Amino acid sequence: MNYNGSTLSYMPDEEQGRRIGRGLFLATVAGGISSLAWGKAAWNAVSSTVSPAVGTLAPFLPTEGWRIYTVSGTMSGFDRATWKLDVGGLAQHPISLTYDELLTLPKATQVSTFHCVTGWTVKNVHWGGVRISEIFNRVKPAPEAGALAFVSAEYPYVDFLTMQQAMLHDVMLAYEMNGKPLPHEHGAPLRLIIPEMYGYKNVKWLNKIELVPQAENGYWENLGYDRDAWVGRSNGYSGGAE
Amino acid sequence: MSYVKRFSRTERTVHWVNAAAFLLLLATGLALYIPSIEVLLGRRPLLKDIHFWAGVCWLPALVIVALLGDRRGLLATARDLDRFRPSRFNVGQKINAILTAAFAVLFTISGLLLWFGERDTRFRFASTVVLHDGLFFAALVLFIGHLYLALIHPATRHSLRGMTVGTVSEEWAEDHYPRWDARLRPGRD
Repeated sequence: MNYNGSTLSYMPDEEQGRRIGRGLFLATVAGGISSLAWGKAAWNAVSSTVSPAVGTLAPFLPTEGWRIYTVSGTMSGFDRATWKLDVGGLAQHPISLTYDELLTLPKATQVSTFHCVTGWTVKNVHWGGVRISEIFNRVKPAPEAGALAFVSAEYPYVDFLTMQQAMLHDVMLAYEMNGKPLPHEHGAPLRLIIPEMYGYKNVKWLNKIELVPQAENGYWENLGYDRDAWVGRSNGYSGGAE
Repeated sequence: MSYVKRFSRTERTVHWVNAAAFLLLLATGLALYIPSIEVLLGRRPLLKDIHFWAGVCWLPALVIVALLGDRRGLLATARDLDRFRPSRFNVGQKINAILTAAFAVLFTISGLLLWFGERDTRFRFASTVVLHDGLFFAALVLFIGHLYLALIHPATRHSLRGMTVGTVSEEWAEDHYPRWDARLRPGRD
């Protein structure tokens, strides 16, 4: 006979204690599941009230809010001597820029918020880089070019922007993040930044831009995500960015 | 010194299968979460596969252990955990066991939602990441407290013997669990 059956069965109910355990279990599970509806709002409320403290802690937190996603086995390396950005396709003057040549182009800076479609957000990221218009000034897109393919060194990652989307004022080819060269895990040496769209459009390890007639499905769009990934207005979200 | 039986073989197997799964998930989860480890290892898809499959197997493995082992003993233990009154376990241990079980269920649910959310946007919720991360921090607090009491704190670390070889000294048992009648075994082996 086991222990409980032998000792507890003859004890009166009040002696055995109240049956609270199952309630605690079910309440924890139910609370956790219901947090799918309120968790992010609650976290936003908490993190904005304690933001000075979080701000102080940020340098010590492992990710400063970022999650790193990759799709292939290894992250692409960066060799400054051999790295090139190729821009071609429907262009009158295809070019191939070395990293040092890229740095000589007129530099733009911006502070913008990065939204991931899975729900996390990093505010006030300082980016430094080159506007697409600077690239266009050199390659001269052909009239039939309607979109750009941004090809990552991380095969087979690719994503597309229409010409109009690529000309938004805060779209950038970023080689600097928070005052330093773009870190490895953020796509060194060059990534696309389009703050109005979710992170999966912000191609990392960018090394090729192809001018094409029209936008197609990128890597995540082939897996069901929206091609026009407007923050707060796509992928099942409504109500805008917070 | 005489020893008394504290945990049955089934209970110990449940504990260690759970511990192994938790540690594997913690290690691979941290590697996926912290970029510097990630860059060092650079094997994200492999880590992600291990993390995913360990998570998928976690609860089914515990169910299999329970079904193959002493089911009645485990059921009796569950009934004991339900009652918030010192017995073979104190109330703190009961709360820890119940929260650990609830967290395992929630980890599995939120983890599967993260996985399916990558494949179908209908399964993607803005708060899934918050839940999975929140569980991680809450579970880590419980885990550190548990390790401290089981390995370091002088008064309680003898209990590790109960979870490894299955027995504890009679004297210690009487000291720590006055309401536990240790002459009665905690289930069959």
